[in-house]
Amino acid sequence: MSGMNTQQRLDALRGATPPRPHDARAIAALAANPGCTRRALMDGAGADKDAAARHLGFPAPFGQSPFAITRGNVFESLVKADGCAELLRMLRELLGLPIAEVAYHDVENVGAHLRHAHTRALIDRAARDAQDAGTLYDHPLLTLRIAGHTAYLEPDVVAFQLGGRFHIVEIKSFAVIDGQADPAAVAAAARQAAVYVLALRTLLEELGHDPLQVSHDVVLVCPENFANRPVATLVDVRKQLAVLRRQLTRMTTLDRLLEGLPDDLTFDLLPGEDGRPTRPVAELADALRRTTARYAPDCLSTCDLCFFCRDEARQEGASDLLGRQVRDELGGVGSVAEALGLADGARDPAAGQEEIARLLRNAERLRRECLT
Amino acid sequence: MGVPGVSLLTSLARLRALDEGIAQPIATVRHCHLRDQPMVFIPLKLSGEAAAPLAAMLGTERDRPRLLVVSQPRNRDLRFAWAAELAGVLLPYIARFLADTETVERRGADPYERALDAPQLIVPNAAGVAFTRLLGRSTRFRRADGPYPVPDVVPLLGRWLTYFGERAAYPGSSLMLAATEELGRHWASGQSSLEDANLAALLGWITEGPSDAAEDPLIWPPAGPATDPGFDAEVLAPAIDSGSAERITEALRSQLEPTWRLMWQAIDLLAGLEAGASVAQRWEQDRGSFSGMAQSIAEGAPPQARRDGAIAAAAKLARMERAQAGYEVQRAYDDPLIMAEYRLTGEAFAGEVIETVPDNVEGEGRSRKLRPLVVIKTDDPVRLPPGASLGTPQRRGQGAELVSADEGLVTVKITKGMGRGKTPTPGAVPEVGERVCYTSLTDDFQGSPNLPDAEATPWTHGGPPQHHAAEHTPDDEDAQEEWS
Repeated sequence: MSGMNTQQRLDALRGATPPRPHDARAIAALAANPGCTRRALMDGAGADKDAAARHLGFPAPFGQSPFAITRGNVFESLVKADGCAELLRMLRELLGLPIAEVAYHDVENVGAHLRHAHTRALIDRAARDAQDAGTLYDHPLLTLRIAGHTAYLEPDVVAFQLGGRFHIVEIKSFAVIDGQADPAAVAAAARQAAVYVLALRTLLEELGHDPLQVSHDVVLVCPENFANRPVATLVDVRKQLAVLRRQLTRMTTLDRLLEGLPDDLTFDLLPGEDGRPTRPVAELADALRRTTARYAPDCLSTCDLCFFCRDEARQEGASDLLGRQVRDELGGVGSVAEALGLADGARDPAAGQEEIARLLRNAERLRRECLT
Repeated sequence: MGVPGVSLLTSLARLRALDEGIAQPIATVRHCHLRDQPMVFIPLKLSGEAAAPLAAMLGTERDRPRLLVVSQPRNRDLRFAWAAELAGVLLPYIARFLADTETVERRGADPYERALDAPQLIVPNAAGVAFTRLLGRSTRFRRADGPYPVPDVVPLLGRWLTYFGERAAYPGSSLMLAATEELGRHWASGQSSLEDANLAALLGWITEGPSDAAEDPLIWPPAGPATDPGFDAEVLAPAIDSGSAERITEALRSQLEPTWRLMWQAIDLLAGLEAGASVAQRWEQDRGSFSGMAQSIAEGAPPQARRDGAIAAAAKLARMERAQAGYEVQRAYDDPLIMAEYRLTGEAFAGEVIETVPDNVEGEGRSRKLRPLVVIKTDDPVRLPPGASLGTPQRRGQGAELVSADEGLVTVKITKGMGRGKTPTPGAVPEVGERVCYTSLTDDFQGSPNLPDAEATPWTHGGPPQHHAAEHTPDDEDAQEEWS
């Protein structure tokens, strides 16, 4: 048994590598594969997965084009120009904000270190005093406790309207064309906005207010058609909130995931004086392999460690490589060799595998018949 | 289109591919039409933009690719100039097929003219189809006159690109194909369907086995329409900043040429398969659809609406559902490996004929009919009730009925297509020893749903559309829509 508490063990897992702050995107990605112990532990410890993947020789396939970054920045500043004038116009229509009573607070003006305290005070006042109705808070800074760490979160804008409801406003630069947008992009934005809703609700609760003052309808602002003109849409994120809450609860029980792992296990990259990792690569890989990953092809778009875990799945001959549909089709037969053995009849089905074994043998017979 | 259906047979093929390190066939014939001289079209778009074109490589001959580049991607006017250049290649290609037609007689309707042959666009992947549709959307409402004129071929190009993009979603259509989707319908790789969207990776699995190079953008640049972010940052952005059209052109050529070679490799692989028996029939529908589109343009119909009204959408959905059902049945009849999926689930069975009663008859006198009996020995798990109507790929005009199935012996009765003779014509009844297959899948579809006219759209579905699709004429506002 370990003499260390969970926090100490998580700190030990991370080691000397500086903790990687969670942003909403990272927290949202947690919800994408809640069953992955490796990811839960690394995120819980604040380990830098991107740096680890690079050091292991499996850099993540993510990169953002400078054109996309520029376009995103241009669009956001357009929406927020002149005290969010454009945003106000849209919110008046969408939420019925009264024209006369709209105020604008740029929280950033107070200096970064005070931003969270200032956000807190402003939100507290707004929640207490309905007189403050119709206010936009730009650059607010929220916090959320993730496995013992405080994650700082920056929603684009928080809007407070008459009737005492807060709305999270999320500005994205993917286009809505004739009322339709890329479903994957909308889903990602909704997951991210759900993190902000949860953080703001938590804040209200801490301040003694009703957390449900924060609407589960978030305002998604995107360019319309092929122009830069923004359009605002309400998106219901209740489902995303439920998934997120479940996953965050799971993360607070990291102690259970830590059970059975050696005390001296660490994902430390041992950064040298220049910040470059000095940990022998094989040693780091071994440490990671002590934790169980749940690789799925979806990881390729959400997790920095995806190529490392895919390589591991290949070496293990895991049917996870082929995707969840195939895995489901195989009814839980996890290894390629096992499934093929059942199909060839070279392997006897274990208890409970009789049905899938019969199907696989039949499928194998039919394939042979048709291909010879 | 969409992800090829996942069945246990396909899953098994994927497992085998992974184990053997090479893709496995999941079809024995080709299920798409492949014409000689297809128009290979590889568009690239500017990252971060909805539909801003960057370049395209296209052409009908593998040793003569045309490269069209927006020489200053941030300049809106140059996008229209690029669209006009694209029109200069695609519209003459389309026009080639308009002249030669055949007259098709129809029951209960006027005869119509159908093109003897039709154009075919092949893009690398599903994202290429989606981008083609967006290009169509961003150009079809433009006008050659008025306050924001564009070259007159641009809106016409937009209508055709919209048409091809929409037709690509029609099950079994071959007017516009995505290479990865078609390859994925014929071969199972040892990777996930998500990774199959990478043309270089999928072709690697089919030809030589997997290689990490396929995912290295420096070796195999993405097949578009999105470019590699590293290329954008390190090559394209500096080239754009330099203002040199030549540098931009060469940079984009370097990203397109590898994909050009892969596209023709994909075409060769598909061409190496013999076409399925129903492919020509579906291509005939494509030719009819193509002629219909050409005619509606010739008659001065306005561009396709931004969104379908409720009635048009319901009718389209019903058409597509019927096409999907028909496509699935035809593929199964054309290809024993597809039929095997139905044999696995008990909706079809195959085996050897062990006994026949060719002169079995039912009824008396004038209603006396020839109803031959055939007994088949099968290893398949038959899950069909007595009385089930059956069809057979071996004799497509015939219909049969399942009489009994027990212990691997199935008796069927031929009920349709026996003619009026007292004895069967030679070959009409399978001989003892012949291998046959029967299935409950048949090509009989439900008729079209009875939908009201658009003007009579019920209020529950939004009421009559304000701009009926056939009446929506683009106005100045459409024509000046920003493309930034």
